[in-house]
Amino acid sequence: MLNIRSPDITPLVSLTNAGVRRNGRWLVRGVEFSISRGEIVTLIGPNGSGKSTTAKTAIGVLKPDEGSVERAAGLKVGYVPQKLAVDWTLPLTVERLMTLTGPLKGREIEEALASTGMLHMAKAAVQHLSGGEFQRALLARAIARKPDLLVLDEPVQGVDFSGEIALYELIKQIRNRTGCGILLISHDLHIVMAETDTVVCLNGHVCCRGTPQAVSQSPEYLKLFGRRAAGALAVYSHHHDHTHLPDGRVLHADGSITESCFPGDGHHHHDGAENVHDHDPDCGCGHHTRLHGYESAEKRDA
Amino acid sequence: MLDDFFIRALVAGVGIAMVAGPLGCFVIWRRMAYFGDTMAHSALLGVALSLLLELNLMVSVFIVASVVSLLLLFLQKRGALSTDALLGILSHSALSIGLVIVAFMTWVRIDLVGFLFGDILAVSEADIDIIWGGGILVILALVYLWRPLLASTVNPELAEAEGLKPERARLFFMLLMALVIAIAMKIVGILLITSLLIIPAATARRFATSPEIMAVLASLIGALAVTGGLFGSLHWDTPSGPSIVVAALALFVLSLLPLGRPGRASHSSHGGH
Repeated sequence: MLNIRSPDITPLVSLTNAGVRRNGRWLVRGVEFSISRGEIVTLIGPNGSGKSTTAKTAIGVLKPDEGSVERAAGLKVGYVPQKLAVDWTLPLTVERLMTLTGPLKGREIEEALASTGMLHMAKAAVQHLSGGEFQRALLARAIARKPDLLVLDEPVQGVDFSGEIALYELIKQIRNRTGCGILLISHDLHIVMAETDTVVCLNGHVCCRGTPQAVSQSPEYLKLFGRRAAGALAVYSHHHDHTHLPDGRVLHADGSITESCFPGDGHHHHDGAENVHDHDPDCGCGHHTRLHGYESAEKRDA
Repeated sequence: MLDDFFIRALVAGVGIAMVAGPLGCFVIWRRMAYFGDTMAHSALLGVALSLLLELNLMVSVFIVASVVSLLLLFLQKRGALSTDALLGILSHSALSIGLVIVAFMTWVRIDLVGFLFGDILAVSEADIDIIWGGGILVILALVYLWRPLLASTVNPELAEAEGLKPERARLFFMLLMALVIAIAMKIVGILLITSLLIIPAATARRFATSPEIMAVLASLIGALAVTGGLFGSLHWDTPSGPSIVVAALALFVLSLLPLGRPGRASHSSHGGH
């Protein structure tokens, strides 16, 4: 064919200075990132930092109040929302859940369920599933429609530590097999999926971004997580040039305090030398010490 | 004993039950029982306006019920009051305004009880045409809207993200509700329309394994309740609406009894493990 075009050149979705406002308050502002085919972007940040809002804006559920969001034409999205409760009055089996938003062939349903290890539960009512089973059923539903972009809002919630590792391995396989782009939202501020290409740390705006550091490179981490987990997880070090104060104001590295924080305010040095911000206990970012991440991981394991 | 008026009521009632079944399932799944009540109560305002402005009764009721549901959507978006408070305000004020207007119109004689609780004598052949014509229209619309409606019932954001249009589906659903209320009013009565939506659907839940089966079962159970209720109404000379509701309730209670499906419920919950 003459019409040769590399699919990697145009991103599936790209956000430019995107912001969403509700009731006069900015939920999130100045967000910039893009996802291409085969790429994994992980959003992290404390509760209420606008992770879900950002993801919903990226896939068009929410409209940006400023900035712009561009999606590839005919973009097919597979979405696993953060909260999904199926009312008991709705009789819904796992199998029926699969075709919720579009028709599928029987073979496609079986393949997707088999890949998440849920094939044996096909006839079970979704209300009878455990948290981890339900997440795997939702993931199967999202991948069965062969999306260009898979959006997973805290897919490892309600899943224990070894389940989390298994899910990350599964997500990696899905990416490798289908080449789809993945937008992952993580509840953990320090431990992210190892395959992540870009980590975006949000707290009402983009606090910092970067690539995670492989756990397997550090013997200490290896000891802490075990060999299997070390292959699936990576550690993300934050490099902030500002601190979020408890009252919502922002203390910048240059000592000034502003009401809010977004790239246009002139206090940021994202392109300059790295400003590592010290994590004092009052830090509004919610990631006090790096140890915090291990603790939560171990608690989940227990 | 089976007079013409009774056959007419039966044909009309079964037609309504067929439509009320699937629609009622959505009312239950989406937790919109009170919303249905509010739309139904506003029907009396529709009745009053139809008398005042000499409009067709069903058209008038349909318009008022639609306007009330759109008003609710608008007020919900503004978000000043909770939905149930808004529903309470709209529901009872629409009903009261209707009653007050009717009271002012001293020149018309109106069978209020017939409107509130249904009157099987009131069904004409033209009504049957409208009920079945409108009913088929509603069913076709539901079949067309089924996937977006069901998906947005489970999660509106999921439906939106994956290219279905939940807002549009919701709007059409409200219009369908208004239509059903307009055509069901004469048989079941304004105050009891919601029960014809909810009780057969709730009865069907126990026997259904998929949303589609539940919708069909709810239609059949509703038709059974209408038939039983109308015979009872004829036999004991009771108002048709309450008789139908009592019959529907009897079926619901029967469905709760642990007969019929020995061990199925516990079996299915463990079947997957």
